[in-house]
Amino acid sequence: MTRYFYVVFCVFVCLAVSGMSYAATIQVGASYHIKSINHALGLVADGDTIRVHAGVYREGNIAIRKRVVLIGVGNPVIDGEKQHEPFSVFAPNVTIRGFTIKASGRSSIRDIAAIKIYDTRHATIADNILDDNFFGIYMQNAKQCTVRNNQLTAYGETEQLTGNGIHSWKSDSLYIAGNTIVGHRDGIYLEFVTRTEVRDNHALHNRRYGLHFMFSHDNGYYANTFTGNGAGVAVMYTKHVRMAHNTFNENWGDAAYGLLLKDITDSHIEHNVFSRNTTAILMEGSNRVQMQRNQFEGNGWALKMQASCMDNVVTENNFVQNTFDVATNGSLVLNTFARNYWDKYEGYDLDKDHEGDVPFRPVSLYSMVVEKFPMAMLLFRSFIVMLLDRTERVIPSLTPENLKDDFPLMKPIDV
Amino acid sequence: MNKIMKYVIADLLRSRAVLVYAVVLLVLSFSVFNIEDNADKGVISLLNIMLFVVPLVSIVFSTVYLYNSAEFIELLVSQPLKRGMIWMSVFAGLAGALGLAFLIGVGIPIVLYAFTVSGMVLLACGVLLSLVFVSIAMWAAVRIRDKAKGIGLSMLLWLYFALLFDALVLFILFQFSDYPIENGMIAVSMLNPIDISRILILLQVDLSAMMGYTGAVFRNFFGTGWGMAITGVVLLLWLVAPMWFSLRFFDRRDL
Repeated sequence: MTRYFYVVFCVFVCLAVSGMSYAATIQVGASYHIKSINHALGLVADGDTIRVHAGVYREGNIAIRKRVVLIGVGNPVIDGEKQHEPFSVFAPNVTIRGFTIKASGRSSIRDIAAIKIYDTRHATIADNILDDNFFGIYMQNAKQCTVRNNQLTAYGETEQLTGNGIHSWKSDSLYIAGNTIVGHRDGIYLEFVTRTEVRDNHALHNRRYGLHFMFSHDNGYYANTFTGNGAGVAVMYTKHVRMAHNTFNENWGDAAYGLLLKDITDSHIEHNVFSRNTTAILMEGSNRVQMQRNQFEGNGWALKMQASCMDNVVTENNFVQNTFDVATNGSLVLNTFARNYWDKYEGYDLDKDHEGDVPFRPVSLYSMVVEKFPMAMLLFRSFIVMLLDRTERVIPSLTPENLKDDFPLMKPIDV
Repeated sequence: MNKIMKYVIADLLRSRAVLVYAVVLLVLSFSVFNIEDNADKGVISLLNIMLFVVPLVSIVFSTVYLYNSAEFIELLVSQPLKRGMIWMSVFAGLAGALGLAFLIGVGIPIVLYAFTVSGMVLLACGVLLSLVFVSIAMWAAVRIRDKAKGIGLSMLLWLYFALLFDALVLFILFQFSDYPIENGMIAVSMLNPIDISRILILLQVDLSAMMGYTGAVFRNFFGTGWGMAITGVVLLLWLVAPMWFSLRFFDRRDL
């Protein structure tokens, strides 16, 4: 019996060693025998590693059709010369790590990207610096890919002149984490992408949206920061979304929203911070969304909930220092507001259960007026407007009767 | 001129009304900042007080003072002094006293609790509003000889600037909301010094909301150097114009 095990062990070791010997490593660089990455790709077999040493590589398009690992040593620069697509990945299990990729070509027809992944799986794109590319990382029909710790910067003057940072179409089970995306059209764009986790990314000052997804079900977005994007974050036609611990701030402009929810259903929005946006959240046609423990601070409008929304629950949120807390465009209210903290609440708590004894109506008359006549903002905080608001609070006539928080909290909660 | 100004200020301080005004402002501001946990919210509460109280006190107090010291002014006119200089000194004394009272009453709490851009804008606007309404009071007082009527006129003027004007603007807004009235409305708001100061502070404390559609109109005007310059000139005009009219009238009036 022992002998049998010994034989098995020997065979195993032999296999392992032979396997190792096949996974060759090829060095590429000015001081090495092989000077070009394309040349190296011609030589390698599946499972090999190519180490690319520092230098500038202008090789047009580098198409990867084998299962290889490409590692940049000392940040080699891949220059697309504003004409080519630097990396195209066609094979599964490809890793691209530690490169600086710059100046890809520009084409709205072919959607040229710095790294484009075609119909494959298990690609890992990590620790790269992408500078001045059209699209950054583009995945089409990809599965189980990882995009981690990349820095993407673009300098497009308009939406048309730049592509998206991380763009994915018809993919599944992606992991997008720790990336920083600046100046692209959309920071992260997902369309028909399912079961994906987006975590710890920073999308700053992108031309259009920081995050943009459509028809992307069952995805989770955690601890991302979306700051100063042209139109904030917009998500559409999706169900089962989970958004938690994200920060949405300084998305300013008439059509800019911290978070725009259009036809989002059965989703959770929790522990997020919305600060200093023109409109923190705009909800349109969204049903059964749970909004819990979010912080709304210093926004123009904290929550614009259109009358087309239904069965949403807004609970245990803090509304602090917003110009308007809640605005709506109709009198029908099918949503629940309960146990939120409103800093504009002026009620009392006689039974000391930390909940106000009179309901709070977060929609002010003037917010309805401004919704209809935006120019009326000119008179905001004037004496006459205050008078109108007070009268309305006492006898509600124009504001929706049922839009109220019956148990407003007396103290802000930890979110 | 200095002598008359000094005398006016000493006279105002002796009557204690200005002192009481300063102390009330001080107590109000301190309590506002102690109740509100956030500096910007404190500034908003103070804004409401400022837009309401400062013009009222400035205009009514100045009118009453001018009528009460009518005999003193007559006495001064009989002296070998230029009329214009007498009138200017009285204005300087009144404006100095009320402006100083505001600076102490609101300035100290703001420096302590809300040393921010919005706080500073509030302070500057408050001082300017004090001066503007003293100047309007001078005009009202010199135009009408009867004390009761004069005080009535000054109260009416305050009511107009604080309330009626805005109601009128709101009415125009609703009536002409289908027309491109944005720039026109900014021009209209220039006709009221209270509105000018309110919008200037609004642009600081409600910045996020102002970034919206109308905000764009505001920012295109108030956000630019030219817009700010025009606003400053208009506010100064509000200070100078009533004063100048009253001065002209005082020069020619048969006392």
